Order: sequence, then C-alpha cells, then structure tokens
Amino acid sequence: MTTPDGQNSPDSQDSRTGQDSSRAGQVRQQVLVLYLNTSALDSEVVGWARYDGTGRTRPTTGDSDEPPYGTGVAALEDGWRLFQAAQLIPPYPGAEHETSFLKHEFFFEKLV
Amino acid sequence: MAHGFLRLDAIVPQEMNDEALGVFADGLDDVPYGSPVRAAYPEGSFSRRLVELPAVAGALESLVGPDPTVDHHFVHIREPREGSAQPLHADALIDLRPDAFDVQLMYYPQDVTAEMGGTLIVPGSHLRRTNESDTGRYQNLRGQTRLTCPAGTVVLLHHGIWHGGRRNDSDRIRFMYKIRFNPTVPQVRLWDTADLDSPAVGEELGRSFPWYEGATGRLEIHNRIKLWRVLTADPDFDLDYWATRITNRPAQRSHA
Repeated sequence: MTTPDGQNSPDSQDSRTGQDSSRAGQVRQQVLVLYLNTSALDSEVVGWARYDGTGRTRPTTGDSDEPPYGTGVAALEDGWRLFQAAQLIPPYPGAEHETSFLKHEFFFEKLV
Repeated sequence: MAHGFLRLDAIVPQEMNDEALGVFADGLDDVPYGSPVRAAYPEGSFSRRLVELPAVAGALESLVGPDPTVDHHFVHIREPREGSAQPLHADALIDLRPDAFDVQLMYYPQDVTAEMGGTLIVPGSHLRRTNESDTGRYQNLRGQTRLTCPAGTVVLLHHGIWHGGRRNDSDRIRFMYKIRFNPTVPQVRLWDTADLDSPAVGEELGRSFPWYEGATGRLEIHNRIKLWRVLTADPDFDLDYWATRITNRPAQRSHA
C-alpha cells in the first residue's frame, strides 16, 4: 500500500499473495551506493544513492543535500557490507580528456 | 562557463506570472522545430513578451546571439504528491559539438518551495559526455542545487547540464516552462567582453565543485579552457599552464 506521500506503509499487504510483505523471516536487501573522491575506499563521499528492499522508504533523486557518511570506510564502520567496487579502467585512446560518469562507485548492502 | 547555468531571480513581472498560470493550463501550441522566434511567437503573445523582457533578451543574446531559433518548448507540470522524481538526465542526445551550444530557458511562474520539488541542477555537469538518463543512478551529488525561487525566476542552462524535476511533496501543482534555443551565428564574443582580462575570469574558469572527483575536476578545467578558446577566438588562452604543458612537442618544431 502506498500512502499519499509516496512512502510504503510498513504493514502493507502483498497484492498477489495477500500476505504481509515485511513478515518476519524474510531477509530484504538495502543498498547504498557511494561515489568517492578517489579510488580509495577511505576517500570522501561526493555522491550517493539508496535503494530499500524493505519498501519502508522510497529514496529518490534530489532528496538530500548531505551524504549519509563522510567516507566509504565510515559506511563499513556502521555495518554496511561492500559488495562491488568500480574497476580502474584506462581511458579510451583519443578520449583521455573527456569527462562522463563518476569513476569511483562503491555498492554496499545491509540485509535486514 | 563553470556552472553551466545563469539564474535570474524574480525578473518576470507579477502580472505576467499570474497570466502564465492560465496560459499554461490552457496549453501552448506546438512550435515547428527550428522556427525563428518571430515566427514561433507572434507579437504580443505570452512567450514573445517573456523572451523580450530586457534581462532575458540580453542574457540570451550574450549566450546564443541574435535571432536564435526555437528548437522546441514545453510546459512541465509536477502534480501534487505525485510520488516520484525524474531521474537525473541531460536533455536530447549526447552532444559532441566543440564550438556550439544550445541554451534552455526555464521559467517558474510561482514561488517554488523545497516541498514543491523544484528542479535539481548539478553545477558544472554540462561538459560531461553522458547520454540522457544514463545518469539516473545518481540520486544526490554534493553541491547540487535543489531549486527554490521566487515567482518570476528564469534560469538559462547549457544544453548538457544534468538536471531533473524533483518529487512534488506539496499539495500544489508546479509549473515550469522550458524553451530550447539554437544559435544561428558563431558563438564568439557575443557578450560584453570589456572585462575579458579580469582575474575573475580565471577564477571562474578554474572553479571546482564539491561533487567533482579531484582528478576529474582537473579535466573539467582543461575542457573549459578548450571551450573558452573557441568562445573568445583566442587559441592560446590557458589557465595555470594546464593545456600548454601537455601540448608541448619540441620534436615537432621546425629547426630550419
């Protein structure tokens, strides 16, 4: 069930099964994506995104101005588990000066 | 040059802001792509009066020159409590032009509060080569602008800037009117260049933004130098030797 403010109600019912979608015993993944200043995990956060598999929150574009953590390591200290880090890929020949996506992307998870 | 957008607060008179809400609710006729302003917007029409406001007309002429064409226009509407935001994106297609840029006008006829989900704009993102909403994964970037503004505000943006309509969590409908302009003349020294040698020029071109990775921020400065050389017709312009250093090729010089 979605409330008028776009938040999923914690006691929502699964429309297909009629069961409580947040019932005990079912593990859900919360994902935190941090973009860091360098390829070092202890460098400062320059961008962030969150996705919530519990449905209890609906993070979205432009919803906060302050990052949840100052560095990647600070997220580890708070219990987030790193499961993917961006590879270091040499620039394409001829496009060494082009800028595009953020390079230092780290995916973290919590299972709740 | 560094920010990629120019904000003009409350420059549209309140009577036009009041009129705009009705005009936008009724809908605007489509404009054929590439129409001259005079053909797109008849004398006396709301859009014509908007683009001929002195502050708007002056800024547009400084950026795209005289007689630009209207690429297209559109009234963006964010419904009350609609529940979602646009993904972060740049308009149109990935754009490789090194010597031309389009300008998008965004006009806000109402006071825009934080709750109404004003446009998200990422300063300094306009020279990034990304395609449309491929940046949708980025929810928040340090130093982003979550626009709140008084009624009658106009923002002029480089076509490549990352932006998106934020989620409207208020009970009010929000309007934003966008017009994209294409230049019809080379964009060389179109603005008042009396202060071209001012130290402030270098300070602005060398500006960093909080969301830049340090190393990539240097590339941004390099790319601004290249664009500034085009816009000022000064092929030797440099800033802190960034461009000169990496183009010095003694072996290619003539020894005759």
